[in-house]
Formats: sequence, structure tokens, C-alpha cells
Amino acid sequence: MLSVRDLTVSLGPATAPVDIVAGVSFELAKGEILGLVGESGCGKSMTSLAVMGLLPQPGPRIRAGRVLLEGSDVTQLQPWQRVEAGHGRMAMIFQEPMTSLNPVRRIGDQIVEAVRVHDRVSGPPAIARARELLELVRMPDPAMQLSAYPHQLSGGQRQRVMIAIALACRPQVLIADEPTTALDVTIQVQVLGLLRELCNRLDMAMLFITHDMGVIAQLADRVSVMYAGRIVETAGVEALFGRPRHHYTRGLMDCMPSRNSGARRLPTIAGQPPAPGTVRAGCVFASRCAAVRELCRTAAPPRAEVSQGHEVLCAFPLDDGGSR
Amino acid sequence: MSRDGAIFWLKPFVARPIALLGLGILLGTVLAAIFAPWLAPYDPYAIDPSIRLTPPNALHWFGTDQFGRDTLSRAIQSARMALLIGSGVVVFALATGVPIGVLSALFPRLGHVLMRMVDVLMAFPSLLLALGLIVVLGPSVMNAILAIGLGYTTTTTRIVYGLTLRLRVETYVEASRSMGAGTAWLIGKHILPNLVSPLLVQASFVFAFAQLGAASLDFLGLGAPPEIPSWGNMLAESRTFITRAPWLLFFPGMMIVATAFSLNLVGDALRDRLDPRFRQLFGEKG
Amino acid sequence: MWSYSLKRAATTAVTLLAASVIIFAFIHIVPGDPIYVLLGDTATPDQIDALRHQLGLDQPIILQYLTWIGHVLEGNLGRSIFFQAPVLSVIADGAETSVLLATMTMIWVTLIGVPIGMIAAVRHGTWLDQGLSGAAMLMASIPTFWVGLYLILIFAAWLGWFPSSGYPSIFEGGVVNLRYLVLPSLALAAPNAALILRLTRASMLDVSREDYVRTARAKGIRPWQVVSRHILRNALLAVVSAFGFTFAALLSEAVVTETVFALPGIGRLVVQSILRRDYPVIQGVILVIVVVYLLINLIVDLSYRLLDPRVELQ
Repeated sequence: MLSVRDLTVSLGPATAPVDIVAGVSFELAKGEILGLVGESGCGKSMTSLAVMGLLPQPGPRIRAGRVLLEGSDVTQLQPWQRVEAGHGRMAMIFQEPMTSLNPVRRIGDQIVEAVRVHDRVSGPPAIARARELLELVRMPDPAMQLSAYPHQLSGGQRQRVMIAIALACRPQVLIADEPTTALDVTIQVQVLGLLRELCNRLDMAMLFITHDMGVIAQLADRVSVMYAGRIVETAGVEALFGRPRHHYTRGLMDCMPSRNSGARRLPTIAGQPPAPGTVRAGCVFASRCAAVRELCRTAAPPRAEVSQGHEVLCAFPLDDGGSR
Repeated sequence: MSRDGAIFWLKPFVARPIALLGLGILLGTVLAAIFAPWLAPYDPYAIDPSIRLTPPNALHWFGTDQFGRDTLSRAIQSARMALLIGSGVVVFALATGVPIGVLSALFPRLGHVLMRMVDVLMAFPSLLLALGLIVVLGPSVMNAILAIGLGYTTTTTRIVYGLTLRLRVETYVEASRSMGAGTAWLIGKHILPNLVSPLLVQASFVFAFAQLGAASLDFLGLGAPPEIPSWGNMLAESRTFITRAPWLLFFPGMMIVATAFSLNLVGDALRDRLDPRFRQLFGEKG
Repeated sequence: MWSYSLKRAATTAVTLLAASVIIFAFIHIVPGDPIYVLLGDTATPDQIDALRHQLGLDQPIILQYLTWIGHVLEGNLGRSIFFQAPVLSVIADGAETSVLLATMTMIWVTLIGVPIGMIAAVRHGTWLDQGLSGAAMLMASIPTFWVGLYLILIFAAWLGWFPSSGYPSIFEGGVVNLRYLVLPSLALAAPNAALILRLTRASMLDVSREDYVRTARAKGIRPWQVVSRHILRNALLAVVSAFGFTFAALLSEAVVTETVFALPGIGRLVVQSILRRDYPVIQGVILVIVVVYLLINLIVDLSYRLLDPRVELQ
């Protein structure tokens, strides 16, 4: 459904580019939920914007790699160009529902705007469809909400509106960039449940971006872990949590408090992620890796398939037992 | 990269050549003002009726005026007045704006009163305010500085007030306060250093627009006295001769434009330096 | 909305009151005995006595101020020394010219500044944008009277397309007399259009970075639709609120422009009155201009609020 190959996003002049995202690859099958996790600043948002065709201009640009939606190359195309070319069935929802809707226009207008692009209707049929979409996202009293302004809605309701707008294009792929991070925990649960249900019902694939491992554990089918602009591990969700093979992933798992933690001090990963462009050779994680070797600092790590559907970007991955 | 190093401040100039041009013109003007007596080919005050109103030629690059004075020399000499007025206005605006703004933000009750007074002052359009002051005080260079400066006191105060308010609620300021730090120490250590950069930007623009204000006052005959060469005075004198001697109109005006423009360019580049988005575009961390 | 309007109107009134104190004090801080300041050096003893009585110049200053306010509210702004006529009528004579000049200038400023600012914003980062922004900054650095003088030189003296000075009223000579205001209004418009251009551009760029614009783009609507439906309205709000400030700048700069073009407006009146030491007129003009400026700001502020539904519906 969605195939991202060797995506590289960079800043700065063409003669001396600074890569913020380097060589990112993943596949999304129909109806599948892929989680993209990583700490703040690792490039996951930039990746999602690049895949969607929403990189701000002027600014960062896709320097290399391809984005294929159902086999069609949409790499350098912005959303409106994709719609024109007939490949517009990818949608995105964002992190800040409070600011993601135009404050001076009514909700109904904003949903209808999306409907008109994709269904090519206007007037009463478009409004009817808008209402239908609000019902789909389980919005209370859809008819009345159509004429409401964003500031009259709560955060959770606004996020539902965002999802309704996204659904207007009948997306094959939905990119969700931390959609629940800015919401209350109780609302988070509802919205996540809604997303899961929609994916099932509509056979919609979802790329779910977050830094919250707990959400990933419940929601995703497969997970890709990102660090310093690179994907360091991709696996099915159980495999990732149960048998992480990359040292960074292992570190992340260890950092998570669990029932067994007790009163022990939580382990941390010492150091900071490197700034983009500062690591010129070797593995980006070398400076913080507990099992680092000489080779790690000089040679770029290979992408190894350690088992069926489980890839690691490491020269010396952890073995199956989770230890080294 | 050190935040305060010279490279830090020079980067936006290198990135945009036109800003470099602005810096160059500015330096040229400053140098002309300082070294005026040595740079000017003739005595700016020397009258020679035999060569009155000659167009630009090899001897007099900018031509001569109705008294036979060399326009180039007068223009260079006028740079001194331009610099004097510009710096005077900036100093005045900062000297009044910073204390009022900072104190208003740190002491809300006092601030309420002071900012109301600033509002009242802002009810007077700037040139009108300047004219009113000149009427009361009499035309002179000092009064021109005061009159124009007062117009920029208001904007500077507002900017400083806003910035200080924001700084005041920064956690490190509140933390310092809770540890018993005195107000004076707070101002000196936390607030003033953070004001330097934005005020530097503001100073460039004030300097630029002060040139235009001073030129207007001079042109009306209400600024620098006619004996002192200034670009505005030169333009005022050229008025009766503009059809016969258009070069008298061109060169002094060009100097005003060049100075104001270069200052605007420099201010813009400095402001870009402070804009976080600029750093994103050029791949700097932050 | 109403409570906000009342609050703003009240603030304006207070500011006006405070400003009036300063304007009142003007006569008293000018060097010289206020009597002679108001009547001129050639005043007769009868006139002196009459004025002293009328203004209560031997009363405490507060009573004088109140008397003055009372007169102002009746429309009595004093008597011009030079014209020997009520200040209000002298000012009213110049009003037509200045109002028309200001209006024409604002039209140029809006027609030139806003569209070009929009173009520069939409073509952000390209040579066109850099060129336009640079040109705008250059225009903003040019003194209006210099532009005026050059316009006179080129279009009046050399080409003869427009007159170089004066303004016969349109009520006497017809609308064609507006051509006397073309050059002066262009001179005034030049730097202000440049500033509005830069403001429009900056405002549009700021709005285009907002999250909801990104949402709009994600929907797949065309770039021009993104601009017209989502960016324009919010960006123009910021520009509209700057119109008040622009108008104030106009009132100031018109002083010089009217002098250059010898227009019989309020600006030139001020300058001549200063040179003639006609203090009552100076005081009257400043008062009128401040009142107008504050009123315009109030109107602009209230209409800004009207356009923003967030406030409307509260």
C-alpha cells in the first residue's frame, strides 16, 4: 500500500546538505498499523511530513529516496498535485488539535472543503457527506456541530473533526503524527479506540507516530524505531517488546517502568542524540551504545534481517535471548 | 559555535549579499563623517560666486551650489550632522525607553501609570510632536534630537516593556526571585543582557528613521541652523534651483537614502539573526 | 462586543483628556506672556483686557483649563493672530485639501502595497520576492519631500503632465482639479506603501506557518485556494489594524508634502503658523489632529474586533 524507500530529507545548501532523515525505509500493508517511535527530535515528524508531501517551503527537502502509494511514485508531489494525478488517498492528522483548525471558519465549511476536493460535489450532497463523516467519528450532535466554530469545541472534539476531515478523501493510508499527545489521558483512550476501529472498518493503513511506547504496545501491528533520523529497528510489536535486537531499542525497553521495577532506580541511556550532520562515519548510536566496538565508529552499520519481518540497523545486534 | 562570537553575528550578512552592501555603505558613511575634513576635496564653507551652479564635472564631482560651494564637500561634511542626530536620537530613546519599560514591567502598579502616559504620548503623530516641541524649545540641533527622540521613546518603551514582561515570567527569573535576589541584580544579570540583541535591531531602525525625521525638520527650516551643513538643509536650499541645478537635489537626497537604506538592511539582517526560524533554514541546532 | 466597545471608547476618552491637558499647556510653556502669545505683539490694550476676561487668565490654572475645554466643546478654538479669524474656520478651510490628500494617499497605499506584498509572500524565497522586498525597503528609506521634489521636477517641470503646486477646490473647478493632488499623494504614498507591502508580506508569511494552513494543504486544495480561503483573511486583519498607525504617519508627513507642493491644507498651515508665531492656530491644529487620530484608531480597532468571530460570539 505504502512503500517508503531510502527516504532522505535534508536542510542547507545543495553543496553541503545536512541530513535530518537518512535512508528511511518501511512498508505499510493494507489495513496495517505501523508505529513509528523515537525520542523528540529524532526526525519522525519530518519523515511523516515528507511522506505526506507537506514539507514547508522553503526549507527541508527530499534529497533522495522514494515514496510509493499503491505503486505510484508521489515523492516530490504536494497533496494537491497528488489529487490531480489521481493518487490523493493519503491523509494526515496532527498533534495540536487546538491550532490545526482555522479559527475563523465553521467546522462544517472546513470538512466540506475536503469533501469537495475528493468527491467533486458541492452544496447539499457535500454537507450531507460532512455530516456522515462526523457521525463516523462518533461526534455528538453532528448537525449542530457543523455550524460551530473551532473554539467552541473541546480538544478531543477538535481531534475528531480533524479525523473526519482526513476521512473525506477515503484514505488508503492515514498518517497520524502524535494525535493524542496533547489530549487528556481519558480522551486519549477514546480517540485511540476510534482510530483503531476506523482502521478495521475501512481497511485503512495507518502510520502512527509517537514517543509513547505504551500506546504503541496497544495499538500497533508492527513498529519501527527511529534514532537520529534513521530507522534502527523494525519488527512486529510483540517481537519488538519481547526480543529487541537493537541496543537502542533495548535501552528504551529498559527505561520503561514496569510492575517489576519496584523501588529500583530506572536505567537511562547516557548522553544525547547527535545533532544532524555531526556524525560523518559509522553508526549514529555509537557514542551512546553500551556494546560499541571499534568498527561501529568507522563503518556504517548494515541493515540485517535477523528473523522473519524483523530488521535491525546494526553490525552487532543483540542475540535472540535479548542479551549480548 | 559560540553564540556571541563574531561569526554568529556576521552569518546573515554573508548569506545575503545585499546586507553586506548595507554594512559597507554604513561603514563608508561613518568613516566619511569621522574623516570629513581630510576627505572633502574643498572647504565646505568656501564661497566662490564665479563657479556658482556648475554641473558635476572633473573638478567638482557633485557640482556646486548657488554660492559656488562644492556639493561633494558639503555632502561629506553633512555626514557628521547625520551621525550626530542619529546617535543622539538613539541614545535618547534608549536612555528613556529602557528604564521606563523595565520598571513598568517589574512594578505593575507603577507600570500601569507609566504606560498610560506613554499611550498619551503616542496620541501625537511623531512629526507633529517634534514640531510642537521645536516651537516650545526653539529650533536647534539639540532640540531636534530631543523632539525626534521623544517620538521613538514611546516605541522603545513598548518593546522593552513587552520583552521584560516575558522575561519576568521565565522560570529562571522566578526561581532567582524566590531565592531572594534583589531587583537591581535581577535587572542587571537577567533582563538587560537579554534586551541587548532586540534593542540593537531597534536601534538600527530608529537610527534610519531618525535620518528621515531630521531631514524633514531641516527642510522646513526647523532643525539644524542653515549655517551647519546637513543633507536636509542642502535640499531646502536647492529648492529654488531644482530646474536649473537638479544635481543639487540629487546628491544630498541620495545620501539620506543611502544611509537610511543601509541602516534598514543592517537592522533586517540583525533581526534575522535573532529569528529562530533562520537557524532552522540554515541547519543550525536549536 | 458592546462592553468591549464601551471600554475602548472610555480609554480613548481618557487618553484624549490627558492629551488635551498637554495641548492646553502648550500656550503656557511657549516662551513669553500667554497674552502676547495668543494675541501677538501688536495687541491693543482693549484686546488684551477682553481676552484676559474671556479666558480668565488671572484665574488659577485649573479653571483656565476648564474654561478652555468648555470653549473647545463649543467649537471655539481661539483666534488666529495672522488671519484675525476663528481658528476653527481657518482649520476648516484647510480640511478639504488635507482630507482629500489623505484619502488619495491611502488609496494608492492600499492598491500598491497590499497586492505586491501578497505576491512577494506567495513567491517567498524567489528572486521576485527578494527584489520586491528590497525595493520596498529602499522606498521606505526615501524622504517623502525628496520624492515630491523629484515628481515635480520630472512630471511637472519637464513633462508638464501635472501641476506643481496649489489646489483649487473641486467644488469650484470640478473633479478634474484632483489632478493637483496626484503628485503630492504619490509622494506621500511611496514610503507608506512600502511599509504596508512589508507588513502584508510578513503577515501572510506568519499566517502561512500556522498549523491550520498545513491542515488546509493536507486536504489537497490548490495553493491559490489555500491563500484565498485560509491565509488572506487572517493576514489582512493584521494589516487593517496597521492602517490607523499609517494614517498617523500620513498626518505627520503631509505637513512636509503640503509645504513642498504649496497645498492649502492643514499641514502647510501648521508650518506657516510656526514661522508666523500664530500660536492659537498651532494649538488648534494639534488638537484637531490628535482627536482625529484617536478616533480613527478607535474605529479601526473596533472593526478589527468585528471581523474576528472569536470575539463576536463571546
